[in-house]
Amino acid sequence: MISQVFILSSKGDHLIYKDFRGGAGNDIVSIFYEKVTALTGDQPPVVMNHKDIYFVHIRQGGLYWVATTTAGSSPFTITEFLNRLAALVKDYCGSLSEKSVQMNFALIYELLDEIVDYGYIQTTSSDVLKNFIQTEAVTSRPFSLFDLSNVGLFGAETQQSKVAPSSAATRPIQSSREQGGKSEIFVDVIERMTVVIGSNGLLMKADVEGEIRVKCYMPSCSEMRIGLNEEFSIGKSQLRGYGAAVRVDECSFHQAVRLDEFDSHRILRLCPSQGEQTVMQYQLSDDLPSALPFRLFPTIERDNGGRLLMYMKLRCDLPPKSLSQELSSPDQSAELKPQSRAVVWKIARFAGGTQLSALFKLEVPSLSSASMLEVGPVGLSFELPKITATGLQIRFLRLSPIQPGPSQRWVRYVTHSDSYTIRI
Amino acid sequence: MPYLGGEETVRELRRALSNPNVQSDPLRYRNTILKVIRTMSQGVDVSGLFSEMVKACATVDVVQKKLVYVFLCSYATLNPELSLLVINTLRKDCQDPNPMVRSLALRNMTNLRLPSLVEYVEQPLTAGLRDRAACVRRVAVLGWAKLHNLHPSSEIDAAVVNELYSLLRDPDPVVMVNCLRALEEILKEEGGIAINKPITHHLLNRLKECDIWGQSEVLRVLQRYRPQSEDELFDILSLLDSFLVSPHPPVMAATLSLFLSISSNLPVISLAALERVSGPLLAACGSGSREMRFAAVCHIQLLLRSVPGLLGPHYKRFFCGYAEPAYIKERKMQVLVELVNDENVAMILDELKGYCTDVNTDTAQAAISAIGRIGRSYSDRCLQILTGLLGLKQDHITSAVVQTMRDLVWVCPQCSDTVCLALDGCEETLQDIQGRQALLWLLGVYGERISTAPYTLEVLIDRVRSEASLGIKMELLTATMRLFLCRPAETQDMLGRLLHYCIEEETDMCVRDQALLYYRLLHCGIEKTREVLQGRRSDPSLGVLIGRPAKPVSQWARCFNTLEPLSQGAVEAESDSRGSPEHVTYNSKPNADLSDTLSCSHIEEVHSGSDSAMRCSDSSTNVLASSIAAPLSLSLSPAVSPEDFEHLWLQRQALHTERGAEKIEEVDCAWIEECVRCPAVLHCSPQSLQAAMQLVNIQTLAFTPQQMLPWRVYLYTHTQRSHSMDAPNTTLILGELLCTGEANQKSGVKKGTADSEAGAEGKEDQLVRKEMDATADRLRVSEDGQEEEEGIKVILNQQPKDDDALRQFLTILITVLNTLSSEKD
Repeated sequence: MISQVFILSSKGDHLIYKDFRGGAGNDIVSIFYEKVTALTGDQPPVVMNHKDIYFVHIRQGGLYWVATTTAGSSPFTITEFLNRLAALVKDYCGSLSEKSVQMNFALIYELLDEIVDYGYIQTTSSDVLKNFIQTEAVTSRPFSLFDLSNVGLFGAETQQSKVAPSSAATRPIQSSREQGGKSEIFVDVIERMTVVIGSNGLLMKADVEGEIRVKCYMPSCSEMRIGLNEEFSIGKSQLRGYGAAVRVDECSFHQAVRLDEFDSHRILRLCPSQGEQTVMQYQLSDDLPSALPFRLFPTIERDNGGRLLMYMKLRCDLPPKSLSQELSSPDQSAELKPQSRAVVWKIARFAGGTQLSALFKLEVPSLSSASMLEVGPVGLSFELPKITATGLQIRFLRLSPIQPGPSQRWVRYVTHSDSYTIRI
Repeated sequence: MPYLGGEETVRELRRALSNPNVQSDPLRYRNTILKVIRTMSQGVDVSGLFSEMVKACATVDVVQKKLVYVFLCSYATLNPELSLLVINTLRKDCQDPNPMVRSLALRNMTNLRLPSLVEYVEQPLTAGLRDRAACVRRVAVLGWAKLHNLHPSSEIDAAVVNELYSLLRDPDPVVMVNCLRALEEILKEEGGIAINKPITHHLLNRLKECDIWGQSEVLRVLQRYRPQSEDELFDILSLLDSFLVSPHPPVMAATLSLFLSISSNLPVISLAALERVSGPLLAACGSGSREMRFAAVCHIQLLLRSVPGLLGPHYKRFFCGYAEPAYIKERKMQVLVELVNDENVAMILDELKGYCTDVNTDTAQAAISAIGRIGRSYSDRCLQILTGLLGLKQDHITSAVVQTMRDLVWVCPQCSDTVCLALDGCEETLQDIQGRQALLWLLGVYGERISTAPYTLEVLIDRVRSEASLGIKMELLTATMRLFLCRPAETQDMLGRLLHYCIEEETDMCVRDQALLYYRLLHCGIEKTREVLQGRRSDPSLGVLIGRPAKPVSQWARCFNTLEPLSQGAVEAESDSRGSPEHVTYNSKPNADLSDTLSCSHIEEVHSGSDSAMRCSDSSTNVLASSIAAPLSLSLSPAVSPEDFEHLWLQRQALHTERGAEKIEEVDCAWIEECVRCPAVLHCSPQSLQAAMQLVNIQTLAFTPQQMLPWRVYLYTHTQRSHSMDAPNTTLILGELLCTGEANQKSGVKKGTADSEAGAEGKEDQLVRKEMDATADRLRVSEDGQEEEEGIKVILNQQPKDDDALRQFLTILITVLNTLSSEKD
């Protein structure tokens, strides 16, 4: 049961406040903000209480999403609800930021009104909600030269761009109805890698958490069929097909997915509802089919002048691209962050099969041989487009009935680093 | 913006709202209302606009209606009279052909929270329950709950309750779930909705139709249901099995809660469910949302209390990501400590070692103390890491390491040699108070083995005048006193100076009193001082006892899937992980003291006639010291086979019952029955009980499973005395621990002794049999939530008779039991 829901900006401005049960003091929001800002580093902030009011909050899009509740409520339910609320707001407003929430507050009140009644969650399905939500989203898209890139000579649409712009999926779902916007569907395969490589270069841990996310802007779409690799297998024992197996340890599906063709042909059938939903989640530990994307060869030493020398050689083991333009020297930058005692090396682009090296010289007062032990670990954050670590691919994507008018289907793959750690 | 100029804004808005030009232009009108709502959510009081907004309510524009309702619901309680004006519009809307408008009106009518409007609301609500559109019924059902809460005392119409019950069969799943919710609130006085068999089965059958929110709600309500037969129970469980592995954490957690509550009498089922749920829980630990991760890790900690080895193979899932916030890292490390076993210890330590140099000092210190915890079982490897960390000469790392070492040494005295060697030179790096206190404690206790100890202390004593911390001064006093006892020549002078300073110049009472106490103690002679200051060292058995006895599921089942593990768990886990007895005060040993006093009182009880309290405390001190240099030691050899045990036990029992409590001259044996109050022992798993007993060399021969009644344990040991004049060298003690389920504290203490000169000394076996009769305080907690405290009956049988040894043995046993129980609590 949820008593109040409110959204605060990171500076503590009240953006949205909705009281479902009544009886809360007026200062409840400021009490929360005082508490959350007064926390010291080691206190877990997720749940806090003031007398018998419990605050559960999440951070998304730089905002605090807070629900107040009682001690007996399920943390899983409340957290999941807040996450879902944030996702819905993102669906309806196009993006998640202080500005978009501020501009669309009427829409968000309307959403909250339909989602929760008297503190009880009614529905969060965008299929149901779309019948009730009347307010239109307000978006602000700054004028950008990139928007012109698709316009060719004399204003003709060019066909050269076969890749969906990254902003394509950040628009409100509702606008498609009124503005006759493009009917599009995005199927994203998103994987997050967690890797630990020991100081001896051995792989200590590798985990991949992946999901297939469908974002649908089709006003009417009765059924969609997503075909995965035929050799996709679950668990250790089962192997399919003759090619290199694509294997995951565990896998779960959205409850709307029908799996009657999954066993035989690896086809997922579902009726996508508008907005974003996670169709399938899977997870693989330890046993990656492909080589790790990055290897690091570090050398750390101390020179005579008492400086710390860090020589880093970073190699990208992804298959090289044929496009020569990718090989242009990437622009890099490096910066010392004294606060977190870290050197940040930024590499804008990194082509497969190439390697980069860098030498960092650091003046460290009272550098001793023992403090060399303190150096490390190296953490990598990256995004690999068009690549999945598990090798999962979407074979085909079919919509039925055939959509009237132009419709576009996009399949995108991306692998993120959740935590890619290399010990030194 | 309008933050400061609130009044100005309100005036402007009022002007705009009442401007006929604005009112006639729908778009402008709507925008003005938008402005009002925006100002409202920024925290400005716009209640003055109430009457204007009431007018704006009468419109065909649904968006505008919704906006106005947001305003009205916020301010209705401040303007009850004006709100009456809205009711008419709302009631008209309730007749609207559009179901969306109907539900909107109905919802907001009940959201006004005005008791005076109840009479106008009831009729549309009743109609709403029978509306064709599901969305209206949903709202109407909850509307009754809102209405009831406006007048909690008033009787709700029985017809409405009946109608709500019948709406449980509504085709729309949300209406069904809302009925549950509404009935729960309306019937709160009677303990909520009646969960009987038909309702339960109906709800279970329709569970699949609900969305995840509905499912978790239904599962939560069903926790109250008690299946009538085992068959039914298993039917329900198999029906719910697929929900247990649901990819949605709320459903999974609610299902597990339900499993635990309806199968609370079947521990096997609960354990199987825990195993099954570990997959989805682990998946939640890797969820993209860090708040969800945190919730999952906290709940995994609960699970591990009962099944310590549950996630052993998945330990890598708890390695911390570098970008994770410190609070998740800390919890993950606590989990890692629990998962350590022979196979993965190297990997886990390697990983933890990486965290020790984390930039975040909290994380670093948590990692160091985690290594210390693992050190209780794998001391060599851990000490190697900890010693290595001292080489970094980092202030916060050294402090954490020294504190960890102090804690470790207390439970594993065998590490003291390594620790003594490592301590050299860390006094220069240590800055903070806790770290220096820990160092002082170590210097005092192990001073004889640390060559530089006196010099380190001397430096501190010279600087004592500028020392600000009270704790350090007290610790310094104690450490110097202890050092003086083992190295008098080097320490005498500085001790004199320190005492002089503390007594003559120190302004703080505590320090002065402490110094005076030591001063007078020294007057009593060196022997007395030694007795007081070095009386007791740690008991190696504590280490494993503090370890991790598996707790019964019932202990935490109630707080599973609530906020408790997230908010309070930290404190508890903290005390768990820093469970060293040395923590509370600078030199008290709570666990030992506790069991000490307890056992004293028990002895008194037993020997109330013959023994003075003085003697008792003597013997108990002896016993505690027994593990180091005890006059009495226990041993397991020669082993007694179960058959022999049974034979001897029955024989003696027969003898005992025959003769009652009289003295028997022919046989040289003793028989004691005693009651101990430590009900929590019942919840110990057999393994932890056995492990604890074996540590002090008591062999358990047989036991009933956990939670069974009557619960009994049979055990034996041999006592050996090195310097006994008259008593036999060794005796065999047989024992039974019994708990029958009834409070049996009252049963009197009987003691039968049989003495004879007959020297069965050749056999030299002394059977201890201990019967521990633990009255089951059932897992089931009685209604007021209080567990009934019941005693455990201990029956001991000794041969040949040796009162002293038996008494000491009893003390040891009781200490073990109490320690086990206090671990439980």
